[in-house]
Amino acid sequence: MTEPVEVLDCRGQRCPLPVIALARRLPDLPVGAVLRVLADDPAAAVDIPAWCRMRDQDFLAAHPDAYDVRRAT
Amino acid sequence: MSPSPVYLDAATAAPLHPVARQALLAALDDGWADPGKLYTQARRARQLLDAAREATAATLGVRTDELSFTPSGTTAAHSAVLGGLAGRRRAGAVLVHSAIEHSAVLHAAERHLTGGGTATPVPVDRLGRLDLTAWAAAVRAPGVALAALIAASHEVGTVQPVAAAAELCAGAGVPLYVDAAQVVGRTAVPQGWSVLTASAHKWGGPPGVGLLVVRKGARWESPWPADERESGRTPGVLNLPAVVAAAASLRAAAADAAAEAARLTPLVDRIRARVAAEVPDVEVVGDPVDRLPHLVTFSCLYVDGEVLLHALDRRGFAVSSGSSCTSSTLRPSHVLEAMGVLSHGNVRVSLHRETTEADVERFLAELPGIVADLRAEAGVVGL
Ligand SMILES: Cc1ncc(COP(=O)(O)O)c(C=O)c1O
Repeated sequence: MTEPVEVLDCRGQRCPLPVIALARRLPDLPVGAVLRVLADDPAAAVDIPAWCRMRDQDFLAAHPDAYDVRRAT
Repeated sequence: MSPSPVYLDAATAAPLHPVARQALLAALDDGWADPGKLYTQARRARQLLDAAREATAATLGVRTDELSFTPSGTTAAHSAVLGGLAGRRRAGAVLVHSAIEHSAVLHAAERHLTGGGTATPVPVDRLGRLDLTAWAAAVRAPGVALAALIAASHEVGTVQPVAAAAELCAGAGVPLYVDAAQVVGRTAVPQGWSVLTASAHKWGGPPGVGLLVVRKGARWESPWPADERESGRTPGVLNLPAVVAAAASLRAAAADAAAEAARLTPLVDRIRARVAAEVPDVEVVGDPVDRLPHLVTFSCLYVDGEVLLHALDRRGFAVSSGSSCTSSTLRPSHVLEAMGVLSHGNVRVSLHRETTEADVERFLAELPGIVADLRAEAGVVGL
């Protein structure tokens, strides 16, 4: 299951807001669900994978201005 | 009452060393004439310049004719990159560089690209250490004119494997440029390079003096319009009083370097350990062991770097940040990006000869509360 169940639109938001939005939303989703974060701040490309590592969540893929994260725990 | 200031940004500019101040004041009286002229005042200026060059060359362990003074570390880096490429034009037009070079080197690389050249960035690992396997492949590729490696990262402090990288360059017949701005006057200067640069305000010298060292026999050609001064490597008249002050303070800093490193290394260890233990959700980055003695960097999750800098400043702490919010480019620091570590909420703390244990303790005592307050204000506690 790698299709996102939900899309979080954080375009236009500056660091660290997209990461905060991700951290708020992901725990509400069931384990295994994929959340796509749309973010055009270039820092998101670094900070979303780093957050996943710090929080033991699965960073699945980076697309142009979009990042897929799966709830692992 | 505002708190007494604690300056913790030596990696940008160290406070002026007392020896530098003394030498600067004396040279303002004595060294204002143009050392290139043929009258008495000029001869005095020439003596001062010669003495500054001899002292600096001796400290670095290089020949006096290999050393030129420049108007900054940035111009020295530009000269090193563009001159190193120009001198090896016949070998090719590829510049190999680590992904974590200073922006001065990267901007010179951009200029090279604009002129039709190519560049090969070489990655680093999570600790900010050069990938030597990738470096070996990059320098062995056809058409490499020059390789550039920072001696130690100005952003995260990780010391680079310069000796190993230099050996790989030598094996491939590629000259190596080392940006030693953060190590000269603090730790041993690495060997094996063809071109080396440094910057006086990093060791307690005045701002606006850089060093450019080109090894005898190295292929280097000035990228600037012709000028005879400084062995034809740096156009324009030197700020001689500042050069004299830079040379005097380098000698003083180098003499104290081992003792200072022994004093500052455990203070940085303390910051690394206490920040990790006492600030929740923080990533302390860079190599914990193979690192500069005076510099440490960490990132605080969910905190805006610029807001954190201002909050620290209000409490009297001057620090730097690699977060994009604090830079004009709006890009995260390319160094943190290359390492794949958190880039927001980033703080770089760098110590110097005036930093006391009490300064560090005050910083460590206040930081957790400052971060906690900012997180509470932003409503991100418990995320
Ligand atoms: C590693 C490194 N290289 C080059 C420079 C540029 O030196 P300057 O500030 O003298 O232009 C600096 C300082 O920012 C630096 O840290």
